[in-house]
Amino acid sequence: MGIRERLSGNEAIAIAFKQINPDVMGAFPITPSTEIPQYFSQYVANGEVDTEFIAVESEHSAMSTCIGASAAGARAVTATSSAGLALMWELLSVAASARLPITLACVNRALTGPININCDHSDSMGARDTGWIQLYSENNQEAYDNMLQAMRIGENSKVMLPVMVCQDGFITSHAIENIELLETEKVKDFVGEYRPENYLLKKENPVSVGAYATAAYYIEAKRAQAQAMINAKEVILEVAAEFEKVTGRKYGFFEEYMMEDAEEAIVVIGSTAGTAKEAVRIMREEGKKVGLIKIRVLRPFPMKELAAALSHVKSVAVMDKAESFSACGGPLFAEVRSALYDCKTRPLMINYIYGLGGRDVTVENIQYAFESLKEIKTSGEAGETYRYLGVRE
Amino acid sequence: MREIVEIRWHGRGGQGAKTAALLLADAAFNTGKFVQGFPEYGPERMGAPITAYNRISNEKITVHSNIYYPDYVVVVDESLIDAVDVTGGLKEGGAIIINSTRKPAEIRKELKGYSGRVCTLDARKISEEELGSNFPNTPMLGAVVKVSGVVDADEFLKDMEGSFKNKFATKPQVIEGNMKALERSMEEVVIE
Repeated sequence: MGIRERLSGNEAIAIAFKQINPDVMGAFPITPSTEIPQYFSQYVANGEVDTEFIAVESEHSAMSTCIGASAAGARAVTATSSAGLALMWELLSVAASARLPITLACVNRALTGPININCDHSDSMGARDTGWIQLYSENNQEAYDNMLQAMRIGENSKVMLPVMVCQDGFITSHAIENIELLETEKVKDFVGEYRPENYLLKKENPVSVGAYATAAYYIEAKRAQAQAMINAKEVILEVAAEFEKVTGRKYGFFEEYMMEDAEEAIVVIGSTAGTAKEAVRIMREEGKKVGLIKIRVLRPFPMKELAAALSHVKSVAVMDKAESFSACGGPLFAEVRSALYDCKTRPLMINYIYGLGGRDVTVENIQYAFESLKEIKTSGEAGETYRYLGVRE
Repeated sequence: MREIVEIRWHGRGGQGAKTAALLLADAAFNTGKFVQGFPEYGPERMGAPITAYNRISNEKITVHSNIYYPDYVVVVDESLIDAVDVTGGLKEGGAIIINSTRKPAEIRKELKGYSGRVCTLDARKISEEELGSNFPNTPMLGAVVKVSGVVDADEFLKDMEGSFKNKFATKPQVIEGNMKALERSMEEVVIE
């Protein structure tokens, strides 16, 4: 049953790419994602894959390369972080609107400034409205598993959208941990070949890609793109169900941890979910009814499902590892709170901005968040909803 | 509470503290454990203080924070005792293992009243005699295995021989030196 290994998150992604053997990788190095193209270029040099590796001079060109390759009918991948993702910005929207199922390994790192190389989600959170599907990972295993599922989701004919697989820079990308890999033949069977219906190099049915659309057509193109994101929800669950048959590992839009009878809950993304699970375990041993929800799929956003999972809880803290400078909370907070608007009974809800620029998040930090949720539950008042966790004022 | 052994490494950039933490993770992994091995990343450069960490357990580990209350601390460079709070949060039931020519009793005076076990090893001497130059991380790895017992000593040596054979396939002459460095460090570490 699988291959027992110990790998960093970056190694896990590089090995997933090796097993998948995509047609093209266009990449430019940036900390902390550099190791992914670095390892992968060794596989190319050693003849372990027959991918065309295109070393470019910027991330703008890396994404342009992927767009060109994908439009031509190839399976294209890249990896980046922080300022690298920011430099791809213009092209992220081009890829999504041209309906090119490119796969991007995003190793989350704070945006400048101050200049910082460590983890937060400001890079991919900023890209959440560019039309990419976004999958987030708690650890190396989930980064690997999400990458194996990414192409099946994005390349589905009902979807045809690019997919970003995110993991926390350094925290998981550079930490060696146990992992269970799938045998390469099983990966190839599961992921399959990319056979697009239409592509630039298909001479029987010429298409144009990246055309100009006047006001008479633009909104229809956007509506179709929005429908693809709606369709992705069903496809994500179908792919997860098939993945579970192959690996025994279960995935959905989010993971519910000790939520059944929970009265206080946190909603969190990425590696902090693992730390928070330890806090929940400890507090459960003390008889406290706490639980957590870890978001895996941020785009499309699982609004109804989240509302159902949270409506019975008394108080909730939504954890944002990114600012959005709205002056009233982070991006995940805004969306989770909005998701509960239609519920007849709703929990009291607060927001914690935490872990920016790699600020370490401990079990004690999470316990503190739960303690404040208990106070809120007891008093019946949320108080200030826009809060920072572990900041020096 | 689940049993997780937590180890914090203090070294200077370029001395191999990170590599040693990853080697320990490997060795524990190879004996069937769940492991984490990770450095604390910042703007490191040669000679600057660096920290690396290990968690080792029989069960899956989910925590992804740094380690503030370690069971064991390894100090690869003695000069860090003045510069860094090496015993910060160290459990009294644990131990600190320091690369030094001095005896534990002498170093203990500098450890801010730490009352747990203090261990020293002349890793430089062992490294220079067995490996021909100063690579303190291999002897320190042997010492931490001996002191912590986190991995069975015989299994550890057998496993390390296997990975040295793999790593130094083209330089078999250094395998014996590395093995001797490990064995000697496990015998020579002074525990008080």
